[in-house]
This record gives sequence, C-alpha cells and structure tokens, in this order.
Amino acid sequence: MAKGVARSTAEPMGWSKWLLRGHSALVYAFFYAPIAVLTFYSFNESQIVGRWTGFSMRWYGDFLENDNVQQSIWVSVKVCIASTLISVVLGTLAALSIERFRWWGQKAFDAVLYLPIIIPDVTMAVMLMVFFSETAEWFNVIPGVDLSEGLEKLVLSHVAFNISFVSVVVRARLTNLDATMEEAAADLYANRWQTFRRVTLPQIMPGVLGGALLAVTLSLDDVVVSSFVSAVGATPVSVYVFGMLRKGVSPLINAVSVVILAASMALVIASLVLERVTNSPKGPEEE
Amino acid sequence: MTEVATPGLELQAERAESRRGFLLGLPAVVYLVVFFVIPLGIVIAYSFATRTRTGRTELRDWNLEAYERLGESVVRAVAFRSLWIAVASTLICLALAYPLAYFISTRKPATRNLLLVAVMIPFWSNFLIRTYAWRVLLDSDGLFTRVAAEVGFGDGRILFTNKAVILGLVYGYLPFMVLPLYAAIERIDWSLVEGARDLYASGWAAFRRVVWPLSKPGVIAGSILVFVPSFGAYVTPAILGGNKKGLVGSYIVDQFMDARNGPLGASLSVMVLAVMLIGTLVYFRQGGRNL
Repeated sequence: MAKGVARSTAEPMGWSKWLLRGHSALVYAFFYAPIAVLTFYSFNESQIVGRWTGFSMRWYGDFLENDNVQQSIWVSVKVCIASTLISVVLGTLAALSIERFRWWGQKAFDAVLYLPIIIPDVTMAVMLMVFFSETAEWFNVIPGVDLSEGLEKLVLSHVAFNISFVSVVVRARLTNLDATMEEAAADLYANRWQTFRRVTLPQIMPGVLGGALLAVTLSLDDVVVSSFVSAVGATPVSVYVFGMLRKGVSPLINAVSVVILAASMALVIASLVLERVTNSPKGPEEE
Repeated sequence: MTEVATPGLELQAERAESRRGFLLGLPAVVYLVVFFVIPLGIVIAYSFATRTRTGRTELRDWNLEAYERLGESVVRAVAFRSLWIAVASTLICLALAYPLAYFISTRKPATRNLLLVAVMIPFWSNFLIRTYAWRVLLDSDGLFTRVAAEVGFGDGRILFTNKAVILGLVYGYLPFMVLPLYAAIERIDWSLVEGARDLYASGWAAFRRVVWPLSKPGVIAGSILVFVPSFGAYVTPAILGGNKKGLVGSYIVDQFMDARNGPLGASLSVMVLAVMLIGTLVYFRQGGRNL
C-alpha cells in the first residue's frame, strides 16, 4: 500500500543515482557482451578465431556436415525426451503425495528429495559412476536390460536429478492452489480419478509444464554427470562439445556453441512466456 | 468436513488416505532410493574402504586412511585454493549484484519485470557455452586480452590462471546472487526508510541501518547459492583454469580416473558434501525457502 508512495525515497539522489544506473548498465553489458562476441566470431571467415577477415557462414556449413556432432545431438535429444517424460510423471506424483497427503516417513522423503538439487555436480557424477560400475552385473541379470549401452545410464542419471526439480516446481504450484475446488468436485460425486483429471491436473498444468521445461534445460545443460556415465557411442552433445573445447577455441566450436546457445535461449524465453500467459490470466498485475 | 459417527471408521478412512498418499509417492521413493541414496551410500562406503596395490577399491578392512590423507599438504592446498576462489567469487558477485538488485527493485513494475527477465535469460542459458564464450574472449588474440593490453593491464593475459577461473565463476553464478537479493530488497517496506529520513538519517545511514539489515536474508541466501557450486566447480576450471589438479572438483575426478584412488576421491566427495549440507542448513535457517 505505502510501498509505491515511499518508493521515491528508495531512489538515491544526485551523483549516486547515476552511479547506480551506470553500474547496472555495466553489469548487463557483462552478462551479454561475451555471448554477443561469441556469436559475432562464429560468422568469421578466418581459421583464427580472434582475427576478423570477413562474414561467412562456412562454419555453420561445416557443422551441418559434421556427423559426430549431429549424432551427439540425437543422443542428447533422445536422452532429454526420455528423462523428461519419466521425471515429470514421477516428480508430479511425488509433489501430489507430499502436498496433499500425510504419511509415515514423508518428512524423510521430503529431505531426500531436496538433496539432488543442492548436491554439487561432481559428487553426483562420482556417485552414479561408482554405482553403475558396482552394480552393472546385477542390472544385466534383468532380462532385456543392458547397461553397457550408455543411453540407458544417461536417462537413469538425468531422471535421478530431474525428479527433484520437477517436484519442487509442481509443489510451488500446488501450495498456491485452493483445495476447495477439489472438495467441491468430490461433493458433486466426482470420483478420485475424475477429480484429478478434471480439476487438479488442469490447475497444476502450468507447474507441470514449467517443471518439464526445467527438466529439458537441465538435461541438455548437464556436462559433469553425463561425462561420467556416458559410454563410447552414446555421447551427448554437451559432453562432446566439452571435450572439443577443452582442447582450445576453433571456429567450428563457435558455430556449434551459438546453435546450442540459441536453442537454450529459445527454451528459456518460451518458458517465461508460458509462465506469463498461465500465471496472470485475468487483468493486469497488482501494484 | 463430514461428521463420522464411529471413531473406528474415521481412523480407517484416515489410514486408507495415508496409504493412498504413500502409494502415489512410492515410484519416486523407490527411484531415489535406488539411484540416489544407494549410490550415496556406496560413495560413503568407498571412503572407508581399502585400496589395493593395483588401484582397485575393495569393500573390506574398513579404515580411516582416506580421511587421514585429507590432512596431507597436497590435499590441503587444493582444498584451500578452492576455498579462497569460492570466497573471492562470492564476494565479487555480492559487490556486483547488490547495487543491481537494488536498482531493479526500485524500478516501476513493468521495467522491473523486463530487467528481471534480462537476468533470467543468461541464468538458464547453457552454462558450458557461456563459460566457453570467455575462453574466446580471453584467448591470446581474444578481444578482452587485446583491449586489456591497450588499456595497460600488463599484457592482459589471464587465461589459465585463477583470475580467469574467478571471472568465469562470477559470470556463471552472478544470477544466483541477483535473484535472491532482488527478492529480499523488493519486499522491503520503504516507509521505514522514509521514517529514517524523516528522523534526519543521511541517505547512507538509512541504507546501513534499515535497508542492509532488512536485505540480509537475501545476502546470505545469494552467498550460499554462489559459494556452494563455486567450491565444487568442475567445468569452469577445466575450461578457463590452468593446472588441471588445481581445485577440489577436478582433484576428485582425478582420484577416480587417473590416480585410481577411490577411497581418497570418495572421502573428498564426502567433505564437499558436508560443506554443501552446512551451507544449505544455514540457508534454510535464514528462511531461504521463501526466496
């Protein structure tokens, strides 16, 4: 209420006002300048990254002809789709179970659910690598399962960290929901499944989609865990690029990088737009 | 709520409800036990296990040797280097992010959302590629190097040094600092500041006595969100850093890959895990959940 009125006091006056503005502009430049420079150089004709000799699309052409890169992109896409689908289902169920029910051991589950989010990448990677190497022969006993193929291990690992992220997003949505709608549906003789499908699910859908987009982003972004569990022949693009760029800069990597960056930015912007559309359906925001 | 006549029936219904909830969560519980809790348990077991002469880790003759080795000067040096790099990155992030968060939260709502989105976009964009962008800038004939040399910062070459790693970490994790700070500053009741000014506090005094204390949860949350991943960083040092064995993240990897010392790698992982758990506990204490 008084917030808007008093906001004028928050704005510093005189030279410090311009200092604050200048600083903020510089930080934004810091955020975007490296990305801009990388994009700029990806259109450089020269072999040598730092020397501008003229505009050219040749590195993008090289990228389109490079089978290894393309193959790794397919690995990433497959892993991403599979792990996102699994983690969205498991994560949403987990969120519903924690937010809408009370059961013995729930607190412990809640705590464990947070761990994959805060654990450092390296620790998670080491854990899964050691786990797969210790248990490979047990898994292979199960008919139809062969973990020597890297793809399955990648999917299993990505789901391990994505369940938590999906459930956090869905839970945030669930806590803000009015439970009376579900009660009303039950009063009108809807059974549990009907209530879920017709009332709860449509309402938590933005959360589920948000969680899915987060899972997609994290799966495509992941380097550390993937490089520890991936096997020869199933290298996701992030790991492939990581291997290439540890060796140094090259115009081809620049082009690949810009493509990846553009894809990931498109995803972010899509999710931000989605959030806006679904979260404020009526009227302008308050304030 | 409907009144139930018999308490026995009510209890039964409650039990059935609780069972339903458990069954809903069960798939995720089973999954996380198999692919998270058990792997974690194995790593902890490894840290007490025996390393054979050939470099295999065998789960017998439990001992504390790997933990004793954490006190060795080589390992300690690596840990302390990671520590100071993480602390430096955190402080630089704080210094850069605080004024920015303050600026954003004092804008009009429409501008504010736009400015926030401009922070979120790099936050969610591919981390690896963003780090690589600095590799291009810092390369011997990269733009940054040439500009720095022109301006007169020595020869401007910082690639493969700790400075480059700190720069990369700050670049990578700065949004982690801006967002919680924004959340904390945005909810400050500015009439308190007005009150302070009415009572003849200078602008600086009002900031120091009112705004800063009220924004502290954001400062702590942001610091932990930057410190924890910086401490265990692997990708940034690998791309921008020099000596491969420089930091905890890569040191752990080396123990499992090249040095074939599973127990030492595991005990270091447990140490990193402990640092992160302590950080997170402090975070939740400070009400970080709401940020």
